[in-house]
Amino acid sequence: MELLQQLINGLALGSVYALIAIGYTMVYGIIKLINFAHGDIYMLGAYLGYFAVSTLHMSFIPALLTAMIGCAIIGMTVEKIAYKPLRNSARIVLLITAIAVSLIIEHGMATVLVGPNPRPFPAFFTQHNFMIGSLQIGNFQLINLSVAIILVLILQFIVYKTKTGKAMRATSFDMEAAQLMGININNIISVTFAIGSSLAGAAGVLVGMMYPRIDPYMGIMPGLKAFVAAVLGGIGVLPGAMLGGLLMGVAETLTKAFISTRLSDAIAFSILIIILIFRPAGLLGKVTREKV
Amino acid sequence: MKQHIRNSIVFLIGAGIVYAILAFLIETKILNDFYVQVLMIIGINIILACSLNLVIGFTGQLALGHAGFMSVGAYTAAVLTMNFHVPFLIAMICGGLMAAAFGLAIGIPTLRLKGDYLAITTLGFGEIIRVFIVNIDYLGGPRGLPGIEKHTNYTWVFVITVLSVLAIRFIINSSHGRAMISVREDEIAAEAMGINTTKYKVAAFAIAAFFAGIGGGLYAHLVRFVDPLTFNFLKSIDYVVFVVAGGMGSLTGSIVGATALTLLPEALRLLSLAKYRMLVYAVLLLILMLFRPQGLFGSKEISLKVFSGLGLKRAGGDK
Amino acid sequence: MVNGEVKKVPIMEVSNLTIRFGGLVAVSEFNVELYKNDLIGLIGPNGAGKTTVFNLLTGVYQPTEGEIKVEGSSVVGMKPYEITKKKIARTFQNIRLFKEMTVIDNVKMSYNFQIKYGYFDTILRTPKFFAKEEEITRRSLELLKVFKLDGKAYEKAKNLPYGEQRRLEIARAMAASPKLLLLDEPAAGMNPQETHDLMNLIHEIRDNFDLTILLIEHDMKLVMGICEKIVVLDYGKIIAKGTPDEIKNNPKVIEAYLGEEVTHA
Repeated sequence: MELLQQLINGLALGSVYALIAIGYTMVYGIIKLINFAHGDIYMLGAYLGYFAVSTLHMSFIPALLTAMIGCAIIGMTVEKIAYKPLRNSARIVLLITAIAVSLIIEHGMATVLVGPNPRPFPAFFTQHNFMIGSLQIGNFQLINLSVAIILVLILQFIVYKTKTGKAMRATSFDMEAAQLMGININNIISVTFAIGSSLAGAAGVLVGMMYPRIDPYMGIMPGLKAFVAAVLGGIGVLPGAMLGGLLMGVAETLTKAFISTRLSDAIAFSILIIILIFRPAGLLGKVTREKV
Repeated sequence: MKQHIRNSIVFLIGAGIVYAILAFLIETKILNDFYVQVLMIIGINIILACSLNLVIGFTGQLALGHAGFMSVGAYTAAVLTMNFHVPFLIAMICGGLMAAAFGLAIGIPTLRLKGDYLAITTLGFGEIIRVFIVNIDYLGGPRGLPGIEKHTNYTWVFVITVLSVLAIRFIINSSHGRAMISVREDEIAAEAMGINTTKYKVAAFAIAAFFAGIGGGLYAHLVRFVDPLTFNFLKSIDYVVFVVAGGMGSLTGSIVGATALTLLPEALRLLSLAKYRMLVYAVLLLILMLFRPQGLFGSKEISLKVFSGLGLKRAGGDK
Repeated sequence: MVNGEVKKVPIMEVSNLTIRFGGLVAVSEFNVELYKNDLIGLIGPNGAGKTTVFNLLTGVYQPTEGEIKVEGSSVVGMKPYEITKKKIARTFQNIRLFKEMTVIDNVKMSYNFQIKYGYFDTILRTPKFFAKEEEITRRSLELLKVFKLDGKAYEKAKNLPYGEQRRLEIARAMAASPKLLLLDEPAAGMNPQETHDLMNLIHEIRDNFDLTILLIEHDMKLVMGICEKIVVLDYGKIIAKGTPDEIKNNPKVIEAYLGEEVTHA
């Protein structure tokens, strides 16, 4: 039963990774950029939530929404300033730019805005545990999972049932053709960043709720792992990002519980490497052939 | 070829003069220990940047785990000198060879991947190396290895830096180098011309790893302490920045980039802006990418051709 | 082939070559025999699968079915660089020069697998290094002379005018010392004078270098003018094989091209 218990913990963690991974994969699908700064948006979401609660005394859902909207705005701004001018540049230039933005956000927060010391995230609710048989599920985990599921469902609706979603899918498939069809790709790209960033912001608040310490560098490792999750699932493939996120969460939790805490980071990367060696396009990804 | 030999001789004479000046300044204590240390770090960073450029700039492969190879070299050399009393030079070379072995082991399965997947995988391996070291108590685990003897001095650094840069330049100006560049330019066309592109990618990777290992050995015996956190993903990014800022495909650029970006944090420290170092660094990087993404030197090198255009006949020799 | 004559081993023998991409059959049951010094044309409407055939013959794609033999031994499954080492070289439909490299360096690439030395020689700059580099340079310049590009040997490839870039593509392929040369639309974008010069050049290299040539072209003047035999492809299948005269009057060929703009011979 210990296994099942850890599985549940893993899924809760994994749903956080999934929310972040979705943002990575959406942005990559549309402009082929690994947005290294995405993990930091997650961190900003946590801080926005923190200020929403401690300064503005909001409750859970308003705080969550504040963080999501704030992050959406930040994400769109970053895109306009740093990525849009370089849209036609070489991959590595975009990559370095994303790294620069990430460092600016991290160190800007640490040295200018909030200081490097960790802060305690105030609790929204008191912790209850429910017992189902011999399984213990915390209310935090339930909230975590439910919020994640709701957000993903909303996302599915947007992407598959709205005109904007259709435009997003078209643009990620073939940007030039989409432009020729009259789609305003600048807007679509902004919307993509907004959605991806808001999900990361939500993840930040959820994590703040579950692990109550936040600091400016908290986005680095989760960002990296979420990126691994996105690649694992096949980068650019939305369901893949969710699957990858859950897998990463479960793998990490099981490793921490049954093997060793210190190895859990390495396990994450090892899984990625093994999968990429045998399936170079990720689990659900498509192999694109270069036209010769 | 004669032009080539002439270039190299001029380079060596120039290097000799620079060394003489440095030696004078250091031995007479005009440059104090602090500056000497900075100069040595610059040398080490030059080795790391030029070797990484071989992979990123000349072969066009986006490898993000270079600090991992540096750590392999550092730890190997340190263990050999501390526990087995191996002479410094041999220990360093072993460090380089060990790093190269890791380079081969990682490169062979990984370099079949392209672009962003390659980037994340090499980054992953860099992290895996770090985590392994954390878990091996013989290597000091998370607390690291203190008490390494100070073998590195400015002569060692200078000579090894010069030799490394020369070696890398020689490789680039050879059929192997041309093959690597052709992989960057157009892999499919390169294959069609009989080039085993995987072989050259792996070769560039392993050679770069070797020099990173040498740099690591020098580093370990300079700061006398190594721990896994020194060689983390952020350090790998540092070197990528040196290469991109200097100009991918330009060794001169890597040298200048490594020098400037090593001096930058020291300059900031002098202005009491030390705590903003990373922020300034990152903002500069962003500005560079937005306004001059090809870096300082693009893919050009400083060569004697600059001087030959003075009314003399056109220099038509190989670079 | 006359009765009683010993059957020569073809330079390349292709039988039943087929490739499927998912549900799409791009090429099916392609077969051809190329004997020494043949000059054969591969034509067909756009999208017929001609470049796909080239990609199959050079190992860029692996066939789903069929066999490719070079001088009797199978090359199916080999990587492109291995096939090049078997003396098969090709050019590309959209020029794939090494743009940032000089003209001569582009040509030098093909000598990589022929004139070799190790890293030891490279790093220590041994006499062997200089001797081999000298040889590579010399042979590259000689080849460039044939293609009238030796004057621009040290220019960057991207700075050449279009017609010269196409010539360089061929020169680079020739540096691989091939027995069989595959040219993919060598005359694309050329004016009539350039096309005429190209026709002479192709004849010249076929004769002087003892080559076998298979070429893809849309320019009918060139194809009818120099090819001894023509294979016509449509929707991935061969619809006709024969001499230029036979092909010109073949109703199936005319039908395949109907509605397409054909450069009149």
